[in-house]
Amino acid sequence: MGVKLLLDKANVPGIRTYEVYRREGGYRSVEKALKQMTTDEIVEEVKKSGLRGRGGAGFPTGMKWSFIAKPEGVPRHLVCNADESEPGTFKDRYLMEFLPHLLIEGLIVSSFALGSNDTYIYIRGEYAWITNILEQAIEEAKAAGFLGKNILGTGFDCNIHVQRGGGAYICGEETALIESLEGKRGNPRIKPPFPAIQGLWMRPTVVNNVETLAAVVPIINMGGEEYAKIGVGKSTGTKLISACGNINKPGVYEIDMTITVEEFIYSDEYCGGIKDGKKLKACIPGGSSVPILPANLLLTTAKGEPRYMNYESLSDGGFATGSMLGSGGFIVLDEDQCIVKNTYTLARFYRHESCGQCSPCREGTGWMEKILQKIETGKGEMSDIDLLWDIQRKIEGNTICPLGDAASWPVAAAIRHFRDEFEWHVKNPELSQTSNFGLQHYADPIHVPA
Amino acid sequence: MSEQTFFKVTVDGITIEVPAGTTILQAARQIGGEVAPPAMCYYSKLKGSGGKCRTCLVEVSKGSEKDPRPMPKLVASCRTTVMDGMEVKNITSEKVVDARAGVVEFLLLNHPLDCPICDQAGECHLQDLSFDHGKSKTRFEFQKRTFKKHDLGKNIQLHMTRCILCYRCVFTADQLTNKRVHGILDRGDHAEIATHIEKSLDNEFIGNVIDVCPVGALTDKTFRFKNRVWFLKPMDAHRDCPSCSGRVTLWNRGDEVYRVTARKDEWGEIEDTPDGKPGWICNTCRFDKKEASDWVIEGPRAISRASVISQGHYAGNVGTTIPTETFKAVNGGRTPHLLMDIHDESEVNKPNIHLGKIQGPSHGDTFNKIENA
Repeated sequence: MGVKLLLDKANVPGIRTYEVYRREGGYRSVEKALKQMTTDEIVEEVKKSGLRGRGGAGFPTGMKWSFIAKPEGVPRHLVCNADESEPGTFKDRYLMEFLPHLLIEGLIVSSFALGSNDTYIYIRGEYAWITNILEQAIEEAKAAGFLGKNILGTGFDCNIHVQRGGGAYICGEETALIESLEGKRGNPRIKPPFPAIQGLWMRPTVVNNVETLAAVVPIINMGGEEYAKIGVGKSTGTKLISACGNINKPGVYEIDMTITVEEFIYSDEYCGGIKDGKKLKACIPGGSSVPILPANLLLTTAKGEPRYMNYESLSDGGFATGSMLGSGGFIVLDEDQCIVKNTYTLARFYRHESCGQCSPCREGTGWMEKILQKIETGKGEMSDIDLLWDIQRKIEGNTICPLGDAASWPVAAAIRHFRDEFEWHVKNPELSQTSNFGLQHYADPIHVPA
Repeated sequence: MSEQTFFKVTVDGITIEVPAGTTILQAARQIGGEVAPPAMCYYSKLKGSGGKCRTCLVEVSKGSEKDPRPMPKLVASCRTTVMDGMEVKNITSEKVVDARAGVVEFLLLNHPLDCPICDQAGECHLQDLSFDHGKSKTRFEFQKRTFKKHDLGKNIQLHMTRCILCYRCVFTADQLTNKRVHGILDRGDHAEIATHIEKSLDNEFIGNVIDVCPVGALTDKTFRFKNRVWFLKPMDAHRDCPSCSGRVTLWNRGDEVYRVTARKDEWGEIEDTPDGKPGWICNTCRFDKKEASDWVIEGPRAISRASVISQGHYAGNVGTTIPTETFKAVNGGRTPHLLMDIHDESEVNKPNIHLGKIQGPSHGDTFNKIENA
């Protein structure tokens, strides 16, 4: 049983209400931070904790906070990115739905550390019922004196506003989120200037993921150094993983980043093995945009060492033989899944969600989708596979925001690791419509008990 | 006032000193020629433009004197400011050439390539770009996207299929007019320029969107299908206009004024007026003053941009030069009777007649005579 810092109280009945949450020790970090610590000390604790952004990129949070510009007389803002739209990722939904006060608590402490008097939660439009839960929680916190004017008599004012998005994946990109929050079209901004200098309404802004902000609570409660002892290397603390796909127990799990991928998939504490006793074929370990890995490379690195569920181990070997922890959207594919169809589905998603601002992404994502559809429906040619490779190469790195990369990585990884399956589709146009390529050499090296 | 600091920047091996805050693109344009990256969406007169088309991507091989690390990715030169000691590779970088060819391919992917019937042909930035950086074949074998037609009023014609979504017209409407009525609707590859809902663009300065449009997506309805730009003679002219500078380029054929545009510099951007402001022109000048008598003609206009417009006009006078080599010299001593073998191209002439055997300029009579003989 691993350490649980975020979800340890998730099963307490009524934890969604302020009374129960407070009784279970909630809002202690607010009292500690606002009364006993200076803003610099909080930032220092977060730095010491080694907390990395949980939204996908894994940028050190303390460092991000220390970049925020502090010009005289200009308000600063903290924005909570709850526009969780990455296919396969649903950890923030769980956190906000069951522990709304944990997020509010983290937001108050973080707002205090950053000097944000108006803090925003930008939540994806489809999470309508969670908006109500959060607003309820904010009302309760306000009534208890943890929000509003002069919090706990410290003179610090803070209001939290919940803003629903319009249902665009791109608004999860921080500058597009800011644009959308300002009421404009959600197009990513061209950086620099970074949000830490000119963000929301051209004021210094920090945008953090829901889980990152929630993790500030245990960091303040237990101290940054204690927090850093959990986990391994630069992957400190705990991480929420939303596991889905062909597994026995899909759901949100809190892991302490020291367990192996094998344990995560097969132990009964987590995913509980592959559904129906089938074999593992592939896995997208960190949300749809990270490279897909075949079973053999997922469970062990190219060097033959076991792979762990943390930032460093999952990205071991670079994109050639590794992937990324990303946002923790763990999608497992069993032997009956078709990689071509899977890639086509992802390409269709990115084509639909491209904002259309810069040309490589706008045109390239649509082109990749069309070619993948062609291959998937049995009309592909061998040259199409090379063409796909060339298109993704020309999108990656040449776009304004990371959506271009996110759209090209899955395609690149699918061709890199499963090229024979693509070729099989091209060579067997009729057979590929009725059956699947199966496992071939990606066979599951783990013995699955009957 | 503090003294302006100057930064040294090297583009493709050529070093230049520019004021701090200059973008790489502007520095490269000061050097000029091949070194200047192409730009489809950036427009120096429009605040906030640029960064979208990705044709101006360059490689920064040395960040600055202080921090010599190269930048990890190619950067949009139109939106990246120079640092002291920065070294930039444009056409000397293989990565840039490759990425740019990719961008051109992406831009042309859904472009209808209807240049033969497009009013922009001849002065189209996308034509120039694909000629300079593109490939002659496409790898795209699917149906190109199309759009529902929108009417933007009596003066401006929108061809959404040709649009490359550079956002220039959006910035123009934002910065020149008091209320923008058109914008980008929808997203991704089905994003389009439109009004909500079916309004006409009727601001006095909205006609400038035609001048800023790099392709034939926004064209002048009063000039539509009237003539090809390369048959027209551009003439600088001015009039005393109460609402704008009145400094324009007239596009004449004979004495007839076919269209009126603002004056554009070698980068295809609006020229500044002598008082340093961008020379935007009003709709009255652009659409209504189509008589030569409305204007004071200043003289022929130099078209210095890579373009077919200046071909054949004022040779040697305004930027074009008369070739010095003779046909004999370039043709290995042979003097051809005709410059083109039309046998290969058309069935108009009799394929069984060898045109080289016809003495002097050939015409209909020549053919009949030989055939009958």
